[in-house]
Amino acid sequence: MSTTAPGLGHALDLSSTRPTPFLRLVRVELRKSYDTRAGFWLLAVIGFLVLLTEGIVLAVVVTQDQAMTYGDFVAAAAFVTSILLPVLGIMLVTAEWGQRTAMVTFALEPRRPLVFLAKATVGIILTFATIAMALVVGLVCNLLYGALQGPADWEFGWAGFVGFLITQTFAMLGGFALATLFLNTAAAIVVFFVYRWVLPGLIALGAALMAWFDSLAPWIDFQSAQGPLYGMSLDGGEWGHLIVSGIIWLVLPLAIGIWRVLRAEVK
Amino acid sequence: MIQVEGLTRKYGTFTAVDNVSFVCQPGRVTGFLGPNGAGKTTTMRVMVGLTPPTSGRVTIGGHLYQDIPNPGRHVGVLLDASAQHAGRTGREILELGARTMGLPSSRIDEMLDLVSLSPAESKRRLRNYSLGMKQRLGIAHALLGDPSVLILDEPANGLDPAGIRWMRGLLKGYAERGGTVLLSSHLLHEVEIIADEMILIGHGRIVAQGDKKSLLAGAVGSGSTFVTALDNRQLSDALAAKGFVVASAGDGLRVETDPVEVGRTAAEHSIVLTDLRAADGGLEDLFLELTSDTQREVVA
Amino acid sequence: MSATAVPGLGHALDLSSTSPTPFSRLARVELRKTWDTRAGLWLLISTAVLTAAVMVIQLSVVVAQDLNVSYNDFLTSTNFSMALLLPVLGILLLTSEWSQRTAMVTFSLEPRRPLIIAAKFVVGIGLAVAAVVIALVLATICNALYGLLSGDEVVWDLGLANVGGFVLLQVIGMLTGFAFAALLLNSPAAIVLYMVYSFVLPGLFGLGAALIGWFDTIRPWIDFNYAQGPLVDATMTGEDWAHFAVSGFVWLVVPLAIGVARVLRAEVK
Ligand SMILES: Nc1ncnc2c1ncn2[C@@H]1O[C@H](COP(=O)(O)OP(=O)(O)OP(=O)(O)O)[C@@H](O)[C@H]1O
Ligand SMILES: [Mg+2]
Repeated sequence: MSTTAPGLGHALDLSSTRPTPFLRLVRVELRKSYDTRAGFWLLAVIGFLVLLTEGIVLAVVVTQDQAMTYGDFVAAAAFVTSILLPVLGIMLVTAEWGQRTAMVTFALEPRRPLVFLAKATVGIILTFATIAMALVVGLVCNLLYGALQGPADWEFGWAGFVGFLITQTFAMLGGFALATLFLNTAAAIVVFFVYRWVLPGLIALGAALMAWFDSLAPWIDFQSAQGPLYGMSLDGGEWGHLIVSGIIWLVLPLAIGIWRVLRAEVK
Repeated sequence: MIQVEGLTRKYGTFTAVDNVSFVCQPGRVTGFLGPNGAGKTTTMRVMVGLTPPTSGRVTIGGHLYQDIPNPGRHVGVLLDASAQHAGRTGREILELGARTMGLPSSRIDEMLDLVSLSPAESKRRLRNYSLGMKQRLGIAHALLGDPSVLILDEPANGLDPAGIRWMRGLLKGYAERGGTVLLSSHLLHEVEIIADEMILIGHGRIVAQGDKKSLLAGAVGSGSTFVTALDNRQLSDALAAKGFVVASAGDGLRVETDPVEVGRTAAEHSIVLTDLRAADGGLEDLFLELTSDTQREVVA
Repeated sequence: MSATAVPGLGHALDLSSTSPTPFSRLARVELRKTWDTRAGLWLLISTAVLTAAVMVIQLSVVVAQDLNVSYNDFLTSTNFSMALLLPVLGILLLTSEWSQRTAMVTFSLEPRRPLIIAAKFVVGIGLAVAAVVIALVLATICNALYGLLSGDEVVWDLGLANVGGFVLLQVIGMLTGFAFAALLLNSPAAIVLYMVYSFVLPGLFGLGAALIGWFDTIRPWIDFNYAQGPLVDATMTGEDWAHFAVSGFVWLVVPLAIGVARVLRAEVK
C-alpha cells in the first residue's frame, strides 16, 4: 500500500494474495468444532460413551459368562456412536446459524460451498477419529476379556469393518444434510431421529400391509439399503437401492440446502 | 433512589466489581463512566437481580429488586437491546412486555410513537432491525411501564444525532419530574451535558464521584486559561510582567491563572480579546486522568 | 411517577398501589410466547398437520386393505406425532429463553423465577391437554368416516380409563421434555437426550433385561417408558403404579428439581 499512489479508479492489487487454501478452512472448521463449551461436551460425551459402552459390555459378558469377539466390542461402540455422530454433523452446520457466526465466516470466505465442504470434511475426520477410538478401546477390552475370561477371540470381519466405516459416515452425513436443509438445530435433530428410529418401523408396517408399498420400500429406505454393506456383498439390485435411497436422503437435502445457503441473506 | 452498598462480584479469582458504594438521587441524572470492562454492566445487572452479588447489596427505593411487585411498573431496565428473540416483531416484543405488566395495548402505540418507530417498522422482525432501531425498541421497552427509576446501559448506543438529542431531552425531563436516572455511556460529551452526578469506575473500583462542577474543579488544567488577543505579543508581555506563566498555544496563549485575571490585565492595557476561556479539559481529560492506570490504551 | 413527589435522600418507592403480577397473566404471556415466533408457530402447525396426516394415512390404508379397526386404534396412532413433538414444545418453551437471551427481560420483569417456570409448566400441560382434545376430535371423525367408507361396523371402544391414560401419557411426555430442558438449558442437548430416552433407551433396557437376570427385575423400576406401557391399554395395576411412581421420580422429578434449582441460582446472560 505504501508504494502505490491511492487515487480514483485505482484497483486493488491482488497479485500477491492467494485464495484461502482449503486445508486452512478445514483446520479452522475443525477448531470450531471443539472450542465452544457445547462442541467440546458433545465430543467428550461421544468419547465417554465409547468407553462406557465397551466397559459395560465387558462387565456384562464377564459376569454373565458369554462369548465375545473383538468385532462385537467394536460393534457395540458403533451402535452408540451412530446416535451421536449425526448430532455432530448437525451441530457443525447449525451452530453457525444459531450463533450468527455465519456472518463472519462468509465475510472471510465468500466461496460458501467451500465452507460447507470443509465442514463435511471435518465431520468425516471426527467420524474416523471416533472409529479409531472405538477400535483402541475395543482392543483394551478384548485384552481384559482374555485375561479375565479365558482366550480372547480376535475375530474381526474386515468386510464388516469397511461397511461399518461407510455406514457411520453416512449416519454423520445424514445429519449434516438435514441440517443444511433446515438450518435449524431443533428441526434437524427431530427429523433425524424420526428418520433413523421411527421411519424404518413405519416402512416395515406399510410394506406388510400393502403389496405395492412393499415393492417401493427398498428404494426409499436408506437404512435397510445400508444393511448389505456390512457383508460388502451387494448385488446389482442392492446397489440400485442404496444409490436411489441415498440420493433421496443425502444428496437431495444437501443440494437443496446448499442452494438455499448460496442465495440466503446471512443475518 | 438507587442505593448500592459495598457491592462486590467475583468470577473465580477475578473481581469484576470491587466494594462499590454509591447513591443515585431522585430528580437527578447519574452518569456511570469507566473504561471497557470496568464493571458497569455487571453492577447494573446486580441491581436488577440478574447477577447474584458475591457480597453487598443494592436497594431501589428502599427495596431489593426481587421484592418489588410488578417491577416493570417501577423500574425501567435496558441492559442489552439485542437480547430479544430475533424472530419476534418489534411490536410483539412490546406486546409481551405490556401484557406481563398488565398494560393496555394503547401503551404500545404510545411508546412506538415516542421512540419514532413507524407502524411498518414495528411489524418487522427484530432480526431485520438496524442497530439504532433495536436500541429505540429497547428504550421503548424500558419506558413501557412508566417507571420512576430508569437503569440504562449505554442507551445512546447506535442512535443517530437526532435520536441522541431526543434522548437527552427525554432523560432530563424524567429527572425533572422526580425520576431517578442511572445511565452508563462512553459518549463523554453527552454525559457532560446530561448528567448531574457522575460516578467513575475503573477495574471494578470507584475512582471518583460527585457532581459535575466539583469533579471538574479538581481536574487537570483547572486554574489555566486560553486566551487570544488581536495583539498576542502585547498581552503576553503584560501578563508576564504580572508574574503569570504564559505559553503560546495554537492561535493564542495559555496562561496559568484564572480567566478573570487575564481579562483584568487585558482591560488595564486596553487589549482587544477575541477569545477567553478556562482551560479545563472537560470531562474527557478528567476521565482519562482518573482512569489512566486502568485504561487499555496508554494516553500520551 | 407523580410530579408532586419530593425528591431527596431516603425517598422510597411507593409500592402500596402495585399488586404483584398475577399468575394467570404470566401464564397467558408464556402461552403467547409459544406461537408468536415463526419457529414456535411452525412447531404447533407441524404437530397438528402430522397428527392429521397420520390419521388420514391410517384411514386410507385400513379402508383400502379392508382391515378392522376401532376408535381406540385411531386414537393411539396419534401418539406417534404427539409423543414426538409435544416434548419438543416443552423443551423449547424453556430453552429458547436461554438461546435467545430473552430470559434477561423475562426475569427482570418478574424476578420471582419459580413463578415463571411454573407458568411455563402450566402452559406445557395446557398444550398437551389441548393436543389430546384435538386428537379425540380427529379420531372421532376418522372412525365415523371409516364406518361410512368401509361399511364395517364402527366400534366406539373408548373408556374413561383410556382417555385418562392417554392424557396422562401426553402430559408426561411433555413434562419429561420440560424436565430435561430445565436440567440442560440447551435446546439441542435436551432434544437429543429426549430422543435417545424415548427411542434408543427402551431397546437397550430390553437388551439388558434379556441378558442379565437381576437387571430384568429392576428394569420396571427405572424404565419410565416401560412403566407407561400399561397406561396406553388402561391396564394399570397397583404394582404398575408403583413402577410408574418410582421411575417417574427418576426421570421426571429429579431432573426437574436439579434444573429448577439451577435456574434459580443462575446468572442470566
Ligand atoms: N461470567 C463471567 N465470567 C468471567 N468474567 C466475567 C463474567 N461476566 C463479566 N465478566 C468480566 O467482568 C468485567 C466487567 O464486565 P462489564 O460488562 O461489567 O464491563 P463494562 O464496564 O460494562 O464494560 P463496557 O464499557 O465495555 O460495556 C469484564 O472484565 C468481564 O469480562
Ligand atoms: Mg457494558
